[in-house]
Amino acid sequence: MFVLRRIWKTNLTLSFLQPLLFFLGMGLGVGSLIDNRTSSADALGNISYAAFLGPGLLATTAMLTAAGESLWPVLGGFKWEGFYEAMAATRLTATQVVRGQFLWLAVRIGIAVGGVALVLVVHPDTRSFGIIPAIPAAMLCGLVFTAWITAWAASREYDTSFSNVQRLVVTPLFLFGGAFYPVDSLPDLLKPVAWVTPLWHGVELCRGFILQTLGFTECVLHLLVLVVWLIPGWVICNHLFAKRLYR
Amino acid sequence: MSDSPVILAHSLVKRFGSFEAVKGIDLEVSPGESFGFLGPNGAGKSSTMRMIAGVSPVTEGVLRIFGLDPAVAGSAIRNRLGVVPQADNLDGELTPLDNLVIYGRYFDIPRSECVERARELLEFVQLTDRSGGRVDALSGGMKRRLTIARGLMNRPEMLLLDEPTTGLDPQARHILWDRLYRLKQQGVTLVLTTHYMDEAEQLCDRLVVMDAGRIVAEGSPRDLITNYSTREVLELRFSAGQNAQHEAQLTGLGERLEVLADRVLVYTEDGESALREVHTRGMRPESSLVRRSSLEDVFLRLTGRSLAE
Repeated sequence: MFVLRRIWKTNLTLSFLQPLLFFLGMGLGVGSLIDNRTSSADALGNISYAAFLGPGLLATTAMLTAAGESLWPVLGGFKWEGFYEAMAATRLTATQVVRGQFLWLAVRIGIAVGGVALVLVVHPDTRSFGIIPAIPAAMLCGLVFTAWITAWAASREYDTSFSNVQRLVVTPLFLFGGAFYPVDSLPDLLKPVAWVTPLWHGVELCRGFILQTLGFTECVLHLLVLVVWLIPGWVICNHLFAKRLYR
Repeated sequence: MSDSPVILAHSLVKRFGSFEAVKGIDLEVSPGESFGFLGPNGAGKSSTMRMIAGVSPVTEGVLRIFGLDPAVAGSAIRNRLGVVPQADNLDGELTPLDNLVIYGRYFDIPRSECVERARELLEFVQLTDRSGGRVDALSGGMKRRLTIARGLMNRPEMLLLDEPTTGLDPQARHILWDRLYRLKQQGVTLVLTTHYMDEAEQLCDRLVVMDAGRIVAEGSPRDLITNYSTREVLELRFSAGQNAQHEAQLTGLGERLEVLADRVLVYTEDGESALREVHTRGMRPESSLVRRSSLEDVFLRLTGRSLAE
């Protein structure tokens, strides 16, 4: 049974405004500094900075949307507004509540990512049919974050740690996950960190699809890593929701 | 509907870690009955209610709701229940109508049917004129009524209400009681917890008094008063701090004495003659009141404590 809850929220449409500003500010602004230097062009693989940055923003947007919608709103669902408690009192099961939550997040992420995709289609350097597989790839990446951040929020009594999740997990990933520059240009110590984090795989998938530089094996590996991240997160969410709603 | 009990509990226990919230209770509630759990905060009422609602696993003992075991048929039980939780967990950003419709959808009721039922129920709880605004803008009493309407969306056979009127003003309480009374007349089984005596007397055919996780008495409000109290009560207030001093002087008056911080209660069949005797013995209370016994007195007798917080 599908439970799409609370679709009528008004704040849907603006969720892609932030990435749009990033794309304009960074892509065009920083791009103008970078694009005319041969060494930079080499590092990026002879493409414009906008072409490098734009696709990665699909994945970062997915992550940021997931983080924004899975910390306070999830704890609020248990504690402040109590809508999970309300759902738990009906014939729904914990798994169905979790499924509803994930579906809802998929919609939110999809809208945000779709907004970014529109911008990418408009800009000539990022216009590509690769956008079609890139959107679900970015959504998958977003759902990985949804799963783990929702699990974190569902296991907390208080929201004190939430700003630290933003500060210590989300922001560093955003900056070091390979969206703004190739991970290869990171110090050696940090490279493996980027390689295991889901965001880098999301960024690489989106970029590879849109710039059509993605090999089949790479594609499968990136997808595999994301799925390997997603499944335990989903299982843990189910466990935590069941424990908290039916205690 | 058969006459087999809608709730059947035997030696029911609920533990949270080492804390025992419910310490082995026995219950039987028949269809159409309105049944109450009366007790102070922390008596185990809400824990019991959560087990009945199929949202809290039973630690020990037997519990059957509609003859089903909540451990294996939780979803099927919840499908036939209406729940009105202690805190209104409505969606404040949506309209009353949307709140009801979405809740109905959780029961897999077709959307058009949901809208139809929601309109009927808004009418029933007298909120039709507020159906389009935001829930956040409603008063406490209106939210409570809306929560009750929400609990009725799946046309439940039994409605569970946890402290339905706590925090409401007297007028809002009376409107709510009236609505609950109508439901009762329609044959819906009502199960409620309360720490208000008057609420229990108004709404319950039968109730149990709970204290510290146990049932300490069971019966109709009238039976309980007859069994555990006297017909009348004489309340005496002496000047500050002197209530205890008069205890010796009052000995022998009525069947029983209860000395509280703010007043002395004399349990007697005839309050007026007891009051005359007080004056004869030379005591001059600052104020006195003869009243009928209430469940409050039953509770005091059973637990040695006053219900008021």
